[in-house]
Amino acid sequence: MSRAIGKTAGLGLGLAVVLTLALSVPALAAGGDLGAVDKQPVNVSAIAMFLAFVVMTLGITYWAASRTKSTSDFYTAGGGITGFQNGLAIAGDYMSAATLLGLSSLVFAKGYDGFVYTISFFVGWPIILFLLAERLRNLGHFTFADIASYRLDQNKIRTFAAIGSLTVVCFYLIVQMVGAGQLIKLLFGLDYNVAVVVVGVLMVVYVTFGGMIATTWVQIIKAVLLLGGGIALTFLALSRFGFSLEAIAKSAIASHKDGIKIMGPGTLLADPVSAVSLSLGLLFGTAALPHIMMRFFTVPNAKEARKSVFVASGFIGFFFLLVCILGMAAITIVGTDPQFFEGGIVGGKLIGGGNMPVMHLAKALGGDLFLGFLSAVAFATILAVVSGLALAGASAIAHDLYARVIRKGTATEREEMRVSKMASLVLGVLAVVLGIAFEKQNVAFLVGLTFGIAASVNFPVLILSMYWKGLTTRGALAGGLAGLVSAVTMVILSNAVWVVVLNNPAPIFPYEHPALFSMTLAFLVTIVVSKLDGSASAAAERVAFDDQFVRSQTGIGAAAASNH
Amino acid sequence: MSNPVYARVRQNPKFHELVKKRSRLALGLSAIVLVSYYTFMMVVAFAPQVLRAPLSEESALSVGFPVGAAIIVVSWLLTGVYSHFANGEFETLNDEITRETLQ
Repeated sequence: MSRAIGKTAGLGLGLAVVLTLALSVPALAAGGDLGAVDKQPVNVSAIAMFLAFVVMTLGITYWAASRTKSTSDFYTAGGGITGFQNGLAIAGDYMSAATLLGLSSLVFAKGYDGFVYTISFFVGWPIILFLLAERLRNLGHFTFADIASYRLDQNKIRTFAAIGSLTVVCFYLIVQMVGAGQLIKLLFGLDYNVAVVVVGVLMVVYVTFGGMIATTWVQIIKAVLLLGGGIALTFLALSRFGFSLEAIAKSAIASHKDGIKIMGPGTLLADPVSAVSLSLGLLFGTAALPHIMMRFFTVPNAKEARKSVFVASGFIGFFFLLVCILGMAAITIVGTDPQFFEGGIVGGKLIGGGNMPVMHLAKALGGDLFLGFLSAVAFATILAVVSGLALAGASAIAHDLYARVIRKGTATEREEMRVSKMASLVLGVLAVVLGIAFEKQNVAFLVGLTFGIAASVNFPVLILSMYWKGLTTRGALAGGLAGLVSAVTMVILSNAVWVVVLNNPAPIFPYEHPALFSMTLAFLVTIVVSKLDGSASAAAERVAFDDQFVRSQTGIGAAAASNH
Repeated sequence: MSNPVYARVRQNPKFHELVKKRSRLALGLSAIVLVSYYTFMMVVAFAPQVLRAPLSEESALSVGFPVGAAIIVVSWLLTGVYSHFANGEFETLNDEITRETLQ
């Protein structure tokens, strides 16, 4: 059921990239910040195909509802998802609308630099497999807080981790809702508010009735549609160039205003500090997104968890390579065709904004029907992302805060289920309200904030609780707080907020991504405070690591735990 | 205060063998991915001309494209390598430990 996790991450990553680029390539600020987009004429074929998707997924939700009886079914599909299914769902999560639109438009605009970003989006997956996947599965039940609080103070650390998760979920939901409204307005010609409400209502229906089972299948279907669409479009694009990458490159050099320069690294990543900070945020922020981690609890054991990462990263890597080919092909096919530019001026502003090259490419190669199909897939993608987010948020509220912290484990299954469904409803309403409230706002900074918080607050406690015996409750709280304050401060002082939102002339913090600094600080503070912690509870926590270590390695005790 | 089941696992030499072997593989593969990725990023930042060079005299494609694609493909293959050992040899070892502990 945690399929939605990966998808959200993908969109987030796309948005993060887009955010980083916002300065140099304003038009690219798509996913989270499409800027002012013009409402397009109502696209009938796109809406028809999207309706078909909605009908199918509602059918699945109906089926899933009959199988969602326990909290375990609701949060994690009862751990009954196979490795292959989970892999496809993770891929469906990760290959989001923003990766399709954002990365291809980056390649379209910047050539090779876009490819470098694409690679940065990918390398986190092998690391998640090698260092996290099996331990997540062996230690976690339903939420990331389960792992963080495994041997630390149940109340303090669980509350802290749940709030960390909820913060990430809420910021991310705003980004998604605003992005969804803009994208749908653009692709479907629907009113912004209508689009936001449609997304919110469908999200609540999927999650409250179908839980993780429905969310998972929404993700899988979407992944298959997106892969199919991507393959078909790449085939059409390649056929224009006699199936020769060399021909695409030659033609792109001739068509692009930067000529031969697009074949090598340009100015986008010339600053190594920015590049490293961005990649750390992407790498570890992704690994610590609550809906990503939740995905690993849906498989029955560590073996299936590993298999799912292998499958997911295979599809993701393949899709990313396709996206780069599409971006290069669009340089010639879209970039030289006056019908895709405002006023027919080649090299001017692209119709619909800088994120549209791949959509225009679909129209150029496959006509209105193909464009409609891809638009419907983009909408479906957003739905799958927000469903995963809502589920992760609901589990933090119902499982961590309500059942564990407030009721100290005395809540019945029914009570917890009821709270989780109410929580998803509240999150849905909140998402719609915030989505509408933030319509005119530049929300790009929220992406930096989301990943900054995930990497600086959630990640250090996650990795240290798994790998370092010396971690104590005090250390985790102090480090988490240091990460939170520093990440938020740096984002506020960065260009995205200080200049773009607050209209100051120059940023105080010169980089877009805080991860290099805030994450390092969080680790340092956590380690120093833990070392200095001489309390009796700290000593007990250190001793408890040994048992936790055995379980994280062998999974002994994990099966029983997932049924509780 | 330790759980007797877990204490028994810790006394099993196979457990230490499993931890040692699997950790070595996981850390080794992580190092390969991270070192190659960050080396690549440093070349992008400090020596972009290396990646900008054409594949051959005639070629429009630069060296950077196959290098970048190789990073994606090789790191994916490494996830396959890890899964192969972790789900094969190590999983068998893990099953033995579980069986010996719980019997």
